[in-house]
Amino acid sequence: MEELFRGIWVIAYRELLRFIQERSRMISSFAMPLLFLIVFGAGFNRVIGNLTPGVDFIKFIYPGIIAMTVLMSSVFSGLSVVWDREFGFLKEVLVAPLSRSGIVLGKAIGSAVISLGQGFVMLALAPILGVTLSLILVVELIPLLIVLSLSLSGLGILVASRMRSQQGFQVVVQLIIFPLIFLSGVFFPVNNVPTWLEVVSKINPLTYGVDAIRQLFLGGDLAATSAATGNGSYLVGVTVFGHTMSILEDVIVVAVLGAVLMLAAVWSFYRQE
Amino acid sequence: MNMIEVDDLLRKFGQITAVDHISFNVNKGEIFGFLGPNGAGKTTTINILCTLLLPTSGRASVKGYDVLKQRSQVRRSIGLVFQDPTLDDYLTAEQNLHFHAYAYGVPQNVREKRIGELLGLVELWDRRKNKVRAYSGGMKRRLELARGLLHHPQVLFLDEPTLGLDPQSRRHIWDYILTLREQEELTIFMTTHYMDEAENCNRIAIIDNGQIVALDTPDKLKDSLGGDVVTLKAEDSQAAALELKERYDLSSEIQNGMVTFSVPNGGTFLPDFMRGFHSRLLSVEVRRPTLDDVFLKLTGHAIRDQEVDSREQMRRMRRWRR
Ligand SMILES: Nc1ncnc2c1ncn2[C@@H]1O[C@H](COP(=O)(O)OP(=O)(O)OP(=O)(O)O)[C@@H](O)[C@H]1O
Ligand SMILES: [Mg+2]
Repeated sequence: MEELFRGIWVIAYRELLRFIQERSRMISSFAMPLLFLIVFGAGFNRVIGNLTPGVDFIKFIYPGIIAMTVLMSSVFSGLSVVWDREFGFLKEVLVAPLSRSGIVLGKAIGSAVISLGQGFVMLALAPILGVTLSLILVVELIPLLIVLSLSLSGLGILVASRMRSQQGFQVVVQLIIFPLIFLSGVFFPVNNVPTWLEVVSKINPLTYGVDAIRQLFLGGDLAATSAATGNGSYLVGVTVFGHTMSILEDVIVVAVLGAVLMLAAVWSFYRQE
Repeated sequence: MNMIEVDDLLRKFGQITAVDHISFNVNKGEIFGFLGPNGAGKTTTINILCTLLLPTSGRASVKGYDVLKQRSQVRRSIGLVFQDPTLDDYLTAEQNLHFHAYAYGVPQNVREKRIGELLGLVELWDRRKNKVRAYSGGMKRRLELARGLLHHPQVLFLDEPTLGLDPQSRRHIWDYILTLREQEELTIFMTTHYMDEAENCNRIAIIDNGQIVALDTPDKLKDSLGGDVVTLKAEDSQAAALELKERYDLSSEIQNGMVTFSVPNGGTFLPDFMRGFHSRLLSVEVRRPTLDDVFLKLTGHAIRDQEVDSREQMRRMRRWRR
């Protein structure tokens, strides 16, 4: 037990220490989401117009972009595992009296803290985009982003546990993560697309992570307008077999995914000794 | 008490047998050396003993703890300096040591004092705030040695601790190792392919192709050759070898035109020998045998004969570059 907790904090501590030393990683996980926000936001906003009164396209994708920032940052945190293996430091970690589960969890927690920070930096764009933030929203956002980040760090570590080179890791992660992000409803409402796309998106667990965050941002407004107009809102709340997911249910889906990935990562670390 | 016990250990990588049914014990307080050429299986043995690699079969224990079943106790008892660098280059020396202290749960009241002492010992105290990236190869090695000792291990594993260092740094590292053994009652298991380093060991196992071909103190190993080594150069090596065989019943080996053989007492043997020898002699040399000779005798090839393979070369380059 002691080795579990020591593993967690020691590894998380190092993850943060390294992050501070290495600024390129900070920038790289912002670049992609920012690019998408600019291209899609500024590019399509006028053409697409309001999706529903009060919600234009930028406001629609903005919560998704925050989710995407956290996803990218979390998955790519696995890169440091590959880096450590390449440069030998992983051996120092693996011969220390630390439990393997502790090492994996510590890594994920360190990465969650970093990803949360990066998600919050994206929040700074809210005023520019005309999105109003309340304190409650920000506070509620924290646990959502943490669950999302822990789960996706699990994915990153799982891939990293099998990879010997950084290039290999990057290629594999990009092959996995880009389809997942594009089909997760960051850029479109999954309830209102062709059936095949709807099915694929609803199988993708990331969809629920994105939806949870979007519900948090838009839920209140949409409920008000749909009450006023009598129009049900298709923009948030993924409908599965006629059931519309609540934020809590969304989070549970992501958490289950995370638990599975994390267990697989721990198992994979045990195996390679 | 045996600090390390290895019993019929076997490790295969696919077709390759890296460690081939070896058995040995290391006593408490001893410096035990593994001497062997590239690819002999030295690192593989260390990796098994430090719980990083599973053996294919056989048993091993460190300080009485089984390396398969009591990994966590084994890990607490040992300190390591790996063959390849394992420092975090982007952190300072001090940060590297702190990380290690945290990872091994070194209590706070001893931590800073211990770090200070060790940095002093390896003469890096002044550079403690520098990133390891800016260190030379020798400094990194010294830092790794300090780190390996930080948590007061009882058994220290050193995998080629002086690889790629100049003679002066090598002597330095050895001074620390010998000082430390006195101060900390350490048991040291080390590997090397430098003969002169192996001389510092209390006992040596000569390992070749995954097998232990001899195990004894350096002196006994050298004595086992049967006295002094005589190397002579003659106009006709073949004829000289033949004459040695016929007149003195000595078997000799010819390498690079030099005829080499062993005799119990070289000093008194030579005068008589030279007077009566028929072949024309160009030079004669008598010396105490070295471990090189032992190795040559036991395995049929010299330890340094083998070319540094490409893997090794890359490894060295990497160490230099970083
Ligand atoms: N992970 C591995 N996969 C496959 N083969 C391996 C692996 N590790 C070692 N070997 C092989 O096992 C043999 C022994 O290697 P080992 O590293 O133990 O040698 P060594 O005595 O440490 O040599 P050196 O002096 O070069 O460090 C070699 O033939 C090597 O190619
Ligand atoms: Mg080796």
